[in-house]
Amino acid sequence: MSTAFIENTAGRGAARYARKRAGQGRPVAGPSARRPGWVTYVLLSVVFVASVFPLYAAAMYGSSTTTEIARSVGTLPTWLPTLRLFENFGAVFSASQFNFWAALANSLLVAVSVSASTVFFSTLAGFSFSKLTFRGRQALYVTVIATMAIPSQVGTIPMFVMMNEFGWIDSLLALAVPGLVGAFGVFWMTQYLQEALPFELVEAARIDGASMFRTFWSIALPAARPAAATLALFTFIGSWNSFFWPSVVMRSQLTMPLVVPQLKGAFTSDTGLVMSGVFLVAAPLLIVFVFAGRQLVAGVMAGAVKG
Amino acid sequence: MTDTARAPRAPRRVGWGQRASRWDIKLSPYLYISPFFLLFAVFGAVPLVFNVVVAMHDWHRRAGMGDFVGLDNFAWVLRQPAFWQALENTFSIFLWGGIPQLILALAIAAVLDQNLRARTFWRMSVLVPFVVMPVATSMIFGQVFGQFGLLVPNLHAMGILTEFSSPFFQDRLLSHIAIGSMIVFRWTGYNSLLLLAAMQAVPRDLYEAATVDGAGRLRQFFSVTIPGIRPTLIFVILTMTIGGLEVFDEARMFDGGGTGGGSGGSDDQWTTVSLFLFNLGFGDWQDRLGQAAAVGWLLALIIVAFSLLNFLLTRSIASSGTRAPRPARSARRTPTRTGTRTRTRTRTEGAKR
Repeated sequence: MSTAFIENTAGRGAARYARKRAGQGRPVAGPSARRPGWVTYVLLSVVFVASVFPLYAAAMYGSSTTTEIARSVGTLPTWLPTLRLFENFGAVFSASQFNFWAALANSLLVAVSVSASTVFFSTLAGFSFSKLTFRGRQALYVTVIATMAIPSQVGTIPMFVMMNEFGWIDSLLALAVPGLVGAFGVFWMTQYLQEALPFELVEAARIDGASMFRTFWSIALPAARPAAATLALFTFIGSWNSFFWPSVVMRSQLTMPLVVPQLKGAFTSDTGLVMSGVFLVAAPLLIVFVFAGRQLVAGVMAGAVKG
Repeated sequence: MTDTARAPRAPRRVGWGQRASRWDIKLSPYLYISPFFLLFAVFGAVPLVFNVVVAMHDWHRRAGMGDFVGLDNFAWVLRQPAFWQALENTFSIFLWGGIPQLILALAIAAVLDQNLRARTFWRMSVLVPFVVMPVATSMIFGQVFGQFGLLVPNLHAMGILTEFSSPFFQDRLLSHIAIGSMIVFRWTGYNSLLLLAAMQAVPRDLYEAATVDGAGRLRQFFSVTIPGIRPTLIFVILTMTIGGLEVFDEARMFDGGGTGGGSGGSDDQWTTVSLFLFNLGFGDWQDRLGQAAAVGWLLALIIVAFSLLNFLLTRSIASSGTRAPRPARSARRTPTRTGTRTRTRTRTEGAKR
């Protein structure tokens, strides 16, 4: 019995207690319960440095002038960020070649609407697939999973032609609408609800005379919250970073990744400016990571697949 | 498990209410899954079929559909040396990005699979690259690998390089290594967490038994851990294959100060198939949607074929290991299988921790 199930039937405190109990029997981690020696921490520190180094390097280049960068051959121009970084940020914000704030707003709008809609429709479908009986359920669910195997490139050109027909070229609709719900989300929520939502709760709601949608809204949706948050996070990251499709359909309207080639065009000779811009477009997700990193780790370890 | 048929269907109201309730039960399940299927029909199934049409016509961005040309577009693509080069590049980048990634991810997962202090911190730290925008990574790595970056001048000072300009934007193999390193950077931590989750589900008594039998740490890793995480390992390799063959972002933005102009290098040294497709359809002086659609089909076929091959290969290698005639191994086989089964449970619990 999963602790999510316990949480939904017996409440949070009981779930916390069950988790504690489950943890007692076995060693917390590792082939041995022994604390590892310092070599392990040195190795992990190397991995940590490698993980954060590129963004750190971008901030250091962004803190420097062109001459400083040219003089610092073979090393970083500075090892601590300087005020110059903020001057460069200012130059990126006020660049005439592109509108940074508009691109930020576009990215946010697309990422938020895509994640919200993905979570809602995936949970709805997951509720149906995991807790309702209907003819053809199994076949339809297999179809959902099978669609995940279709490589996305096959659709690029025809999708572009279709967007052209719809008049959606250079429109945010072309970015948002195809991503409103995906097979992975449906799969993810179905798997979760299967375990976390007890039939008894659904039945109880039905006996009390709740309609199907009411049952979904008041019983399934709250029960799905942890998995829904993870799904939202992954969808948001995927949408924020996506580059291929936006560069196919967008022209003058930009999103964050599309700002990067613009930076190259606008400040070719000024590496410091380009790098400060690169840091700026990548930074928002870093903030998200600071707050939701723990949950992201749990999500990956629970078997989340690339978004 | 599913047994809503037993659920009483609220017999309180009669007449319209009851009828509505029956429809509610019958139709709602379909209604709730319909958004996915509608969206998939329009943006998944239709493009799939429509791509055949585009690939068989002369097609341009502005002019739209032109003459029917049959399979000429495919023939044209297959005649292009650039296509074959892109295919080679893609596989080369895939190998340079994939093999080190797998080895590193296994090693990091094994290191993380200990009774660590500040466990969550270390796990989070390996996942940082996953949220860094690939386009940004590519720009930063481009700077690092560039003429004035961190690498080339030092290699030059050590006498390994003789020319001042960065060879990473000239030499085909070196550019593949550079792009491969970005892929390693992005996915290693992510995959190591997937593998870590699988490792934690390997029953701990197996390690105790192995220790009693006198197996060292390394032997335990290869004889207990690796067989225990087999399904996840296969999964990781499969997703790696699909992702690796679709590489676009890193290759498109990799550019050492204007040599390639974002199109894969002056001689297409690091043009991948995705980038080739993009350039055909939307690059400067190109407007060949029909041919690009053909490339889309070819790439999809290659990905499907290669995933299948990879799947069969990894499965047969992994299972031939377990089928070895030595009795000690076959004895170990049963508990390993159980480990696989319990994995599902521990995984979902992992989400809550």
